Parts: sequence; C-alpha cells; structure tokens
Amino acid sequence: MSDEPLLRVSNLTKYYGSRLGCADVSFELWPGEVLAIVGESGSGKTTLLNTLSANLEPTSGEALYRMRMGEWRNIYELSEAERRFLTRTDWGFVHQNPADGLRMTVSAGANVGERLMAVGDRHYGRIRDTALDWLGRVEIAADRIDDQPRSFSGGMRQRLQIARNLVTGPRLIFMDEPTGGLDVSVQARLLDLLRQLVGELGLSAIVVTHDLAVARLLSHRMMVMKDGHVIEAGLTDRVLDDPREPYTQLLVSSILQV
Amino acid sequence: MTALSVRNLAKTFTMHLRGGISLPVVENVTFDINPGECVVLGGPSGAGKSSILKMVYGNYGVDGGAVLIAHDGAQVDLASADPRTVLTLRRDAIGYVSQFLRTVPRVSALDVAAEPLVVRGIDKAEAQGRAGEMLSRLNLPERLWGLPPATFSGGEQQRVNIARGFITHHPVLLLDEPTASLDAANRAVVVDMIAQKKRCGVAMLGIFHDEDVRSAVADRIVDVTGFAPRVAA
Repeated sequence: MSDEPLLRVSNLTKYYGSRLGCADVSFELWPGEVLAIVGESGSGKTTLLNTLSANLEPTSGEALYRMRMGEWRNIYELSEAERRFLTRTDWGFVHQNPADGLRMTVSAGANVGERLMAVGDRHYGRIRDTALDWLGRVEIAADRIDDQPRSFSGGMRQRLQIARNLVTGPRLIFMDEPTGGLDVSVQARLLDLLRQLVGELGLSAIVVTHDLAVARLLSHRMMVMKDGHVIEAGLTDRVLDDPREPYTQLLVSSILQV
Repeated sequence: MTALSVRNLAKTFTMHLRGGISLPVVENVTFDINPGECVVLGGPSGAGKSSILKMVYGNYGVDGGAVLIAHDGAQVDLASADPRTVLTLRRDAIGYVSQFLRTVPRVSALDVAAEPLVVRGIDKAEAQGRAGEMLSRLNLPERLWGLPPATFSGGEQQRVNIARGFITHHPVLLLDEPTASLDAANRAVVVDMIAQKKRCGVAMLGIFHDEDVRSAVADRIVDVTGFAPRVAA
C-alpha cells in the first residue's frame, strides 16, 4: 500500500439554491481502497458522487487529488482542459444506466477505442487489439466487436461500459449503482467481475449503492448518508455487523434474508 | 512479547429500534495469549463469546478497552485503529475463521480457499496448488473444487472456510466454532491443523462447543462469565 492517499476531501458541501444536496463531507481515499456510499434515495449520495467526480461544483469545501506526477491539486481549480484530461484518463465513471456512459450508435470496439484515442493513441490496429482484449476481460465475445451496444442486453452493456472506463488504466473509478437495473443472476456476474478487476488492477473506487450486499462484497469501507449528512462511517463489516446509528440499524435490519 | 493482549474490553449494544434499550454484553475483558498457545473462550450461549471474538477482529466496535496485537515489532491497538490500519492488521497479523462461509457468486471453492494468498501477491497457480493441498487434507472431493460453494452442504462449506482461514501464516488466528458441522474424521483433521499452527508459534483464540475438540486443542480456558457486566443497583 502506498503511504499517501489518492484523494483528500474536506468539508464538501453542495446546495441546490437553498436545498441541501450534501453537507460537510470529509474523508480520505487510499490507493486500492473501495469506499461504498450507502443511503436511501434523496440522502445525497449521488450528489456527493457527482461533486467528487467534478460533474458538479461544490458550494464550499475542497477535494484534493494526487496527480500521476505526485502533485496535489484541488479538482475544482483545474482548468477545463486539465479536468477533461483527468476524467478521460485517470478517472472512470460507471453510470447506473449504461446508455449514459456509452455511445449507443457506434460499435462496441469504438466505444472502448474512443477513450484510447482521447489520450492520443492513433494506431488503428493496436486500438482494435486493445479493445478486443478488454471485451474478453469483461466476457463479451470477440465477434460482437462491430455490433452497436443497442443490440446488447443490459448486462452486456454494463460490462461494455466498464471496459470503456478501464481501458485507459484509471487510478480512480466512480460507480453509481453499477448493478442497479440488472437481474440478480446478471448482477452476480457483474459483481464478481468488478471485484476481480478492482483487485487485479489495484484500483481505488467510490461506489454509490443502496444495496448493502453489494457494499459488503465490493467495499473495504463505507459511509452511510441521511438527509445530506454522513451519519456513520467505518470499516464495511463493522458498520454492517455493529451499526451504531438509529438509521443504520434500520437499514441493516431491513435486509431481506433468503 | 504476548501475541495478543486484550485489556478491559467493554461492549454494550444500544437497540435504537427497540426504544433505545441498552444491552450490556461484557466488561473488563482482559487476557493475554502467547505465541504457540490456544486459548478457548468458555461459558454458556449468550455469555458474550462471539462478541469478544468479533471485537478482537474489529467487526464489532468497543465501548472501552484495547486489543493489542504484535505487529512489526510494536503493539498496535486494533480497537482504536482507523479502518486502514485494521485492514493492514487483518492482512498481516490476525486471521479469522468464521462459522459460516460468505459465498461469492461464481467463485470456485478452490479460488475461495486460494484468495487470501492471491491478495498477498502470491502467484495464482501456486496459491491454487496450496489451496488444493488444504482441501485434500480436509477430504473435500476434488470434483467439487471447481464449483462455487453456494450449493455445498454445511460441512463442505465449512471445510472450504477452514482451508481459506488456515492457508495463510497469520501470527494470531481467531476460530469461531470451526468444527461445528464436521464429522469425526474431519474434526480430527482440524485438531491436527490447530496443533500444527501451535508448533509454528501461532497464537489462537477460539470458541469450541464440542467437548472433545476443546480438550484436545485448549491450553487454557478463559471463562467469559467472569466478564458479565455488573447490573447497576
């Protein structure tokens, strides 16, 4: 493990006009660490994710990111070009709905290759080989490379979105309900794949989910949000096995057993 | 230096969904374990044995006290450590064999058992080789190795879990009824594996309801009823 965090977030607050999105969130994320943000709809977890991933400007607070060269930068003070470079290479964002993260009318291969071209790769044969390799890693058959994701099932689309995000070797990946709209059997396959890839690549990840089983399986640490505030945080199995706050106890006790 | 030193641990559960009642579980839990020693927690069900084990591993928070674990020549307090330090201690210093296997969809029994080695950077083929040795020793038929354990019987799942827990060389190992659903032959294998860990200097803290296993492995019994909270007058 590295002895420096990757991300340092302090007092991050986001208001939409007078309505609170999230308030006063502080944490550090370390290389190789997966952090889950859980809470019910409207608790502010997606606002927090969108603010952390620089899709939204915070009302106050800062998020310092350790760039590849080692220098610390406040992500809200980057120039537009720098921010675009970060979001296209060093970061990934996996949306709940794959259509939000894919281009539905270009081929699967081009969806993966596009991120490589964005970082300057121009060699067609190499891009196609890399795309093929990534399709294989997310278990999409090679003969689907020229098909558009419109013709893919939901689970395949989600796996394609993951390949598209990971192809540039990002160090940090944001995920918004990555298994949200999928059947349970498809979910299981995706979870296993994510768990494996995150482990192999040593990625850091921030995963928003309302599914505590997903949090248990994927994350090392978790934050529980309610009404825009982080009400409980800690090691994932500590929070789930010994929840302290009334709301966390309610969440944990509401899980259906099978 | 003791391998594990538990000092004045206290735990009370506050049940917010039951009107905020508090359930005191234990207090003043204090004992030491030396390298190569197996200490068994004794006492009836509900006395707090599992809670103590979970506090020592960090699954339960504590209301007071310390869990000192020898790590890198120092004693680190797991009970007050930040999550990252707890994860480092779990990787390098303290292992846990839970009572039930938490299965992961699609991952084979062999890979479940090999995983603790793989995350420590050991080559996958070598890790699988050693996992295979553990599973054979525990008499898990080889035809099951490639299957995910979700559909295995309780005893088969427990053997995968034991293989996974014993495959690493953690200096401290926690055992939560590892023999509960095993037959006599496999219980004997586990007793043997515990004896081997002792010879390697591993300090163990366990819960064993089976009388025979307990007397075969325990160097000392710590009676948990001695840590019962005093009822406020």
